Amino acid sequence: MATLAPHATAPLLDVAGGAAPLPDAPDAFVPSRGFWGQVGHKLLRDPVAMTAACVILAIVAVALLAPWITPMDPYRGSMIRRLKPVGDATYLLGSDELGRDMLSRLMLGGRLSLFIGVTPVILAFVIGSGIGILAGYVGGWLNTVLMRTIDVFFAFPSVLLAIALSGALGAGVFNSIVSLTCVFVPQIARVAESVTTQIRSRDYVDAARLSGASTFTILRVQVLGNVLGPIFVYATSLISVSMILASGLSFLGLGVKPPEPEWGLMLNTLRTAIYVNPLVAALPGLAIFIVSISFNLFSDGLRSAMEVKA
Amino acid sequence: MLRFILRRLVAVTPVAIGVSIVCFLLVHLAPGDPLSAVLPVDASPETIEAMRTAYGYDKPLVVQYGLWLWHVLQGDLGTSIASGRPVTSEVGRAVVNSLILACVATLIGFTFGMVFGFVAGYFRNSILDRLASAVSVFGVSVPHYWLAMVLVIVFSAQLGWLPSTGAGPDGSGNWRPDLEHLRYIILPALTMSVIPMGVIARTIRALVGDILAQDFVGALRAKGLSEFGVFKHVVKNAAPTALAIMGLQLGYLLGGSILIETVFAWPGTGFLLNAAIFQRDLPLLQGAILVLAMFFVALNLIVDVVQTALDPRIERG
Amino acid sequence: MSTPIGQLTVPPDRDRGGPAQPLLSIDGLVKHFPVKKGLGGRPAVVRAVDGVDFTILKGETLGIVGESGCGKSTTARLIMGLMPHDSGELLFDGELIGGRALPWRDFRAQTQMVFQDSYASLNPRMTVEGSIAFGPRVHGVPKRQAIERARSLLARVGLEPSRFAARYPHELSGGQRQRVNIARALALQPRLVVLDEAVSALDKSVEAQVLNLLMDLKQEFALTYLFISHDLNVVRFLCDRVAVMYLGQVVEIGPADTVLASPAHPYTAALLSSMPSMDPDARTQVAPLAGDPPNPIDPPPGCRFHPRCTLAEEVCKGRVPPLAPVDPVHRVACLARQPGSGHSAAPTLSVAA
Repeated sequence: MATLAPHATAPLLDVAGGAAPLPDAPDAFVPSRGFWGQVGHKLLRDPVAMTAACVILAIVAVALLAPWITPMDPYRGSMIRRLKPVGDATYLLGSDELGRDMLSRLMLGGRLSLFIGVTPVILAFVIGSGIGILAGYVGGWLNTVLMRTIDVFFAFPSVLLAIALSGALGAGVFNSIVSLTCVFVPQIARVAESVTTQIRSRDYVDAARLSGASTFTILRVQVLGNVLGPIFVYATSLISVSMILASGLSFLGLGVKPPEPEWGLMLNTLRTAIYVNPLVAALPGLAIFIVSISFNLFSDGLRSAMEVKA
Repeated sequence: MLRFILRRLVAVTPVAIGVSIVCFLLVHLAPGDPLSAVLPVDASPETIEAMRTAYGYDKPLVVQYGLWLWHVLQGDLGTSIASGRPVTSEVGRAVVNSLILACVATLIGFTFGMVFGFVAGYFRNSILDRLASAVSVFGVSVPHYWLAMVLVIVFSAQLGWLPSTGAGPDGSGNWRPDLEHLRYIILPALTMSVIPMGVIARTIRALVGDILAQDFVGALRAKGLSEFGVFKHVVKNAAPTALAIMGLQLGYLLGGSILIETVFAWPGTGFLLNAAIFQRDLPLLQGAILVLAMFFVALNLIVDVVQTALDPRIERG
Repeated sequence: MSTPIGQLTVPPDRDRGGPAQPLLSIDGLVKHFPVKKGLGGRPAVVRAVDGVDFTILKGETLGIVGESGCGKSTTARLIMGLMPHDSGELLFDGELIGGRALPWRDFRAQTQMVFQDSYASLNPRMTVEGSIAFGPRVHGVPKRQAIERARSLLARVGLEPSRFAARYPHELSGGQRQRVNIARALALQPRLVVLDEAVSALDKSVEAQVLNLLMDLKQEFALTYLFISHDLNVVRFLCDRVAVMYLGQVVEIGPADTVLASPAHPYTAALLSSMPSMDPDARTQVAPLAGDPPNPIDPPPGCRFHPRCTLAEEVCKGRVPPLAPVDPVHRVACLARQPGSGHSAAPTLSVAA
């Protein structure tokens, strides 16, 4: 980046051919950051979004490192030490209905919960963007066919669709990821399509066509950079829903199978304990809630950071 | 207007057909045969073959779909494999209960959502706005099945004020509008209302902010209209959108209540679906989902028509 | 491309037909847009461009004027191939565009366009130099040289590269952005540049500077311009010849001096008289245009201008006036100017040679 001397407002260049000087130049020269640079800059100054990001990072880190850092064996139970309360000398966050350490299970449970919550959104982001950008850029009958098909999936409320697919496919981590992906692909595709349709009609895309660039080059260089941002923001806002739904499927017994620790499943198995030890029973749900609200707040911050002019 | 309704009806038909295809295929997504769940493990190949023929599973898929659709159009959703009763009557009873719950929840959510949204939109960036925003973020972020548990813990297990499960004191499958039954609907409806409350509050906040920023509001104030008069104008402008969201949320709740209904053992469609899934009662699953999805499609259509009727800016032509 | 990269000279040997051959000739260009009138509605078409012929001579500036919706921008987009035309022929330097001798890709290397909306025509996520270098990069110029060319073009359009090259479009003013767009158009070393309302959105003072820049560049790079505008003053200033369009057709074409000083078509006259004049003595002679242009879905029969025309007679409703010469370089589509047309104001056959 060229640093500019203070006399920047002095008479402009005099190029051969004598182009006119520019009275309309706003002359305080701010070094360009580029779009993502600006977004990052704004995001770093958003205390709410940053807190949310830190919480997410911390939980992800704990979940990833869980096999090495859990204080106790998350699978080993004890029939005589069941449902110990929060703050117990041995079990910091109490123990579950089989006498297993809640803290260790919550730490390890984050792995599966995050995995089954985030993976569908990532998959749907890739597939949905592909479909939506294709439909939006090519237009015509292809757009009609793809988008009308997607309309059908919008006729199902997402919870219903997720449960219907999971219910038909049967329980299991893989099936729950598949059905949640199916839930989010249409939503992301629709956003991708509308953003792409907008961008496609911009003059700069026409200008790129006039330069003789191939469709692929135009998509890659001119379109993708402008559509992926909004689609990405939308996708991040889906993570929270996806986490809740994924754990919800496990809660119903359609996702993760015992004895694997997963927050939704833990919540389900502890349901019977609400009269004995309500605080422990509510803990896994609290974990889902914290992650979900953090993703929502971060996504909100990202959205408003991206509302910069550009 | 009549032409507009007709046009919307025609436009919705392909979606409805698509929905029926998806519901039909659901059964065939399932691993193995739809019959495998009900047949004994040691059933002889002849028995299996006979059952397949009896249920029509030996015919090509397209023919099966055609037959199925023919029956559906006549109101016949098949027979529940688990109970042996017609799916239509099972789903019918459950839908009524779900609808009651969803309507009450939507009403609660709508009322509070509107209040929060208007307050937040009117007093942008004030403490009230922050508070209302916090409530709406809470509403869209909270796992509702967990909230259900927390409410049960607080109001049933700890305080003992309200019953934790069921739709009525007699354990009957039907909710009636009397005082005793009312106690049973409070917790599930409250839990359920949190989602539309968040969504409605969010949308109304943005909407009110936008409307207040428009020039006509400035003109009204300049004309000397009282703040209450301005408020009436804002409500009038926000109403179509608010109603539309309310309608859609009702649909979402009806289809998305399965988790909450499970926690509260509410005898609605969610509960029915749960049972259908675990008994692998695929005709019941299929029927319940078809009914719910069609309900959602119809609701969308109604919302569309009502919104158009209310909002003169939308073209009817 | 035969020129040394980064240097700004006209590539030689591109002129095929010699100076007398028009650079672009358009013959019977038609574009109708189907409009859906919903279920049960009859399918209809908007006759956006309905049989347009004209030629652009080498080195000239041809202006196209007309009210909004008359089809001037559609004509430009058809010429550029941004949308397919329904019928008609486009010849570039004697070769059929899109034919075997001149495929679209080769044609596009020789023709570029500057759009009205300076912001929408630049990719917001790309630096200015990146946008300018994109075209040359597509045509195989190595990155470093493409950037070099972009920078020298920036300098040429009056934007110091060290200050502007790395900026993003939103960091520039409207006039600066339009300079960038001009630089981008020039990056492929075109022979024809289509300027579609290229200065219309700019402030008057900036507009004048950009017009001067355009005139300089035309000289330097031996360009030919197709200049589309609704502003007759600008057209008079910049153009050698003018074509006037009305409802998808050319109604008058001729030297700018003649057409804008003594218009032969009543529509041109009306356009001119609706222009505010600086001279209080120059009173409006002809009644200014009344009403909006008719719906191009259902244009009036006969002469399309007759419902708004002061000279309209019965004959105008029945006969479509051909675009006929009033003198060797000036053609007009008006029955009142054509001998033997049956219009009472038509010149007699002996007068019009």
